[in-house]
Amino acid sequence: MSKSMTATRDILTSPIFANNPVAMQVLGVCSALAVSNSMQTALVMTLAVTFVLVFSNLIISTIRNFIPNSVRIIAQMTVIASLVIIVDMILQDVAYELSRQLSVFVGLIITNCIIMGRAEAYAMKMPPHLAVVDALGNAMGYGVILLGVAFVRELLGSGTLFGHEIFATIENGGWYLANEMFKLPPSAFFLIGLMIWAINVIQRKRG
Amino acid sequence: MEHYINLFVQAVFIDNMALSFFMGMCTFLAVSKKVSTSFGLGIAVIVVMMLAVPLNQLIYANVLAPGALAWAGYPELDLSYLQLITFIGVIAALVQILEMFLDKYIPSLYQSLGIFLPLLTVNCAIFAGVIFMANRDYTLAESTVFAAGSGLGWAMAIVMLAGLRERMKFHAIPAGLQGVGITFITTGLMALGFMSFSGISF
Repeated sequence: MSKSMTATRDILTSPIFANNPVAMQVLGVCSALAVSNSMQTALVMTLAVTFVLVFSNLIISTIRNFIPNSVRIIAQMTVIASLVIIVDMILQDVAYELSRQLSVFVGLIITNCIIMGRAEAYAMKMPPHLAVVDALGNAMGYGVILLGVAFVRELLGSGTLFGHEIFATIENGGWYLANEMFKLPPSAFFLIGLMIWAINVIQRKRG
Repeated sequence: MEHYINLFVQAVFIDNMALSFFMGMCTFLAVSKKVSTSFGLGIAVIVVMMLAVPLNQLIYANVLAPGALAWAGYPELDLSYLQLITFIGVIAALVQILEMFLDKYIPSLYQSLGIFLPLLTVNCAIFAGVIFMANRDYTLAESTVFAAGSGLGWAMAIVMLAGLRERMKFHAIPAGLQGVGITFITTGLMALGFMSFSGISF
């Protein structure tokens, strides 16, 4: 029992750093870069991806024995696209302003390679309960990078976190001169590059 | 005419799919090790983009958009909630057909492009091109020009990155930064450079 518990825990924790889908496998980078300019959009995006990933892994793993091999990509796509449509509709209803800010990126979850990759590499082979754990682990790995990048970009770019003022900017009579570069898209590339460097160095030290 | 040139230039430089919107980044970073392969992938993206965007435009404008089914006698029907699933289905089918067609009739081209085609179903550059088309309500002509521009911009960006990476092999890069890490930073610098194009218009 304890052995299978450790194995399950490994499935959950290994994608957070050691096998991080964004930093180590370079999957799902598009959205990680594009919506990471504020904590709020990053958090909503993480939740949306988590929802889609967990349910797509669960559904695909449940019906994996009924999917003919030759049409599996289309079958996976249909499941994922339906889930994304649900997320899109919920967002438009609950948080219309936010869904406008995220614009096309909610739709683009369909082509997020993490979801497709986990469906293809894991859910097609493994039973549902393990597939859900794997999905949660990968969604957390995605979230860690996304929120990490968003944290730095929003804090240094506008001096705020979730819209609350942390560093008082000069425009508001404070001391902090906001670094506009962090609002621009290229800064996300630099930050992820540096994160990959940090993860690599830490892993090398551990052996 | 001026409108179309403007749209084209904007799609290639200012709204560059790869460097301003980060579309298709997975393939962009993974397949940019050699100039020759990235050139092949770039051509494949241009071809699929120029087929997928106008085709989806026809479907969107005539079937899915609110009120589009007026010609069939259902003026109040709004099927736009089906757009995501329709678009991805059309792209997947298109890529599959193109692959079979090239395999049968133009084997030499299949040899060079074939390996990239399956990748393109999940390439967000193409999917994003289609969604942008629907969001911005492009006409058929506009969507063709837009697709050509975005495809070309993406291809240009990946060939440029591959050129940089080929040169970078001989440079002393810190061990932890080698591979993906330095590629991210290089792409960031390229994106910064591309921002100087913003403001160009005819």
